[in-house]
Amino acid sequence: MNSSAKIIKVSIVKTYLKNIFEDIGKATLFATRFFKEVVKTSFEFKEFLWQCYAIGYKSLPIVSITAFIMGLVLTIQSRPTMAKFGAESWLPSMVGLSLIREIVPVITALICAGKIASGIGAELGSMKVTEQIDAMEVSAINPYKYLVVTRIMATTIMIPILVIYADFIGVFGGYIGYNIHENMGFYRYFSNVLEHLEFLDILPAIVKTFFFGFAIGLVGCYKGFNAENGTESVGKAANTAVVTASLSIFILDMIAVQITDLFY
Amino acid sequence: MTQAKPLKNKKTTTDSAETILELKNVCKSFGDNDVLKGLNLSVKKGENLVILGRSGSGKSIAIKCLVGLIHVDEGEIKIFGTDITELRNDDLNDIRVRIGFLFQNGALYDSMTVRQNLEFTLKHHSPNVSSAEVDEAILEALESVGLEEAIDKMPSELSGGMRKRIGLARTIIIKPEIILYDEPTTGLDAITSREISELILYVQKKYKTTSIIITHDMACAKITANRIMILKDGVICAEGSYAELEKSEDEWVRSFFI
Repeated sequence: MNSSAKIIKVSIVKTYLKNIFEDIGKATLFATRFFKEVVKTSFEFKEFLWQCYAIGYKSLPIVSITAFIMGLVLTIQSRPTMAKFGAESWLPSMVGLSLIREIVPVITALICAGKIASGIGAELGSMKVTEQIDAMEVSAINPYKYLVVTRIMATTIMIPILVIYADFIGVFGGYIGYNIHENMGFYRYFSNVLEHLEFLDILPAIVKTFFFGFAIGLVGCYKGFNAENGTESVGKAANTAVVTASLSIFILDMIAVQITDLFY
Repeated sequence: MTQAKPLKNKKTTTDSAETILELKNVCKSFGDNDVLKGLNLSVKKGENLVILGRSGSGKSIAIKCLVGLIHVDEGEIKIFGTDITELRNDDLNDIRVRIGFLFQNGALYDSMTVRQNLEFTLKHHSPNVSSAEVDEAILEALESVGLEEAIDKMPSELSGGMRKRIGLARTIIIKPEIILYDEPTTGLDAITSREISELILYVQKKYKTTSIIITHDMACAKITANRIMILKDGVICAEGSYAELEKSEDEWVRSFFI
């Protein structure tokens, strides 16, 4: 490789890294502004409630279907292995534990990253491109408070609620999967699941979903709010919102698991 | 459709009025691109100032600097006697409530009906206003732009001209003292353009507003302008009434009037 090609490669890497760190810096400032704005008075409660409805209620069908399938499939897939070791009776608690501690929070958050972060990214991106955000600003309406704070608050609160709901649906899916080959009543199945669940299984799994929700809202709003002019940037904002939110969920989950591990 | 009452080109005279908006040596660059290179202008109360210029001459940047959407690199922007370049956002909002801005495409909130678009702006400015007063203000604003029947329509159901009218209704509902128009007739047919231009005059007369109109539509400039400024390469290169500039000896200035 000659020296000029080497210089070009180095400069490309430098620019790439510079852009990444610039983006992280901007996103941090964006998040800092959220905490500043959220403590100010005149919270946009009506818009917040509407976002809770749009983010929470409207995600119920997709969350229900995926949670049910997760419980069902995990039970069906695990049964032969458990049977091989003569541990079939442990199946409900094993499935319940896996679902509640890890699978449901992460998969539900990923589903929501796909549905909600992209939706917020596209909506705010489109508002930015069509000057609707500028129109708010020149009307002396704080667009950050109205659009960003309400959406981040809504995702932070609604994702944990969706996850708790999905936990129940997942366990129910597991019950249906278990009863394909066995015959056990729902009450007994559910008692079996609860019997082996501890407080430290449930609490960290729920706490981390607040961070997942915050990340989904923050990334969606950040990408949409910073969309450049042009319709192409709306699609780009939606796309990068999903990718970044999904990646953030995995990173946050890894951190959460490490922290939880300290208590065992 | 009810149309607004045109004023037949009667423009308000403003010779003795006070200056309410002033730009001094305003500079703005984007990277190596110097867009505004020391822009100076002043607007008197009740005046309709048209800023003409070719695409990319910095007209829209200049008008966005006036409401703090774009921060200037250098210079002073005095509105109602206050230099807005030094203001914090909260203080700037006190000035913004006295200024209306009509965007090129109306910038209506897509997720809201026409009524909600107007109500949203009004309620944020006057949170204690009663529902009856809100309804009355909405109807008055829509009547002024001749679109009362569009009250429950969504922005997607409106034509380009209607969107601009509703955008103007949303602007005048807060009773601004200054209205900034960003290319109000762009993308419209000649008849609708004329209607919008006459509407600008009607609004100025009815609400006693001061207007800055950014355009490259000469018909609009002819109808609305008390005074015209021509922007070239980030500075004002000519100034005068429509009739004066039409007779200018500068070939470049005259080229606008051909």
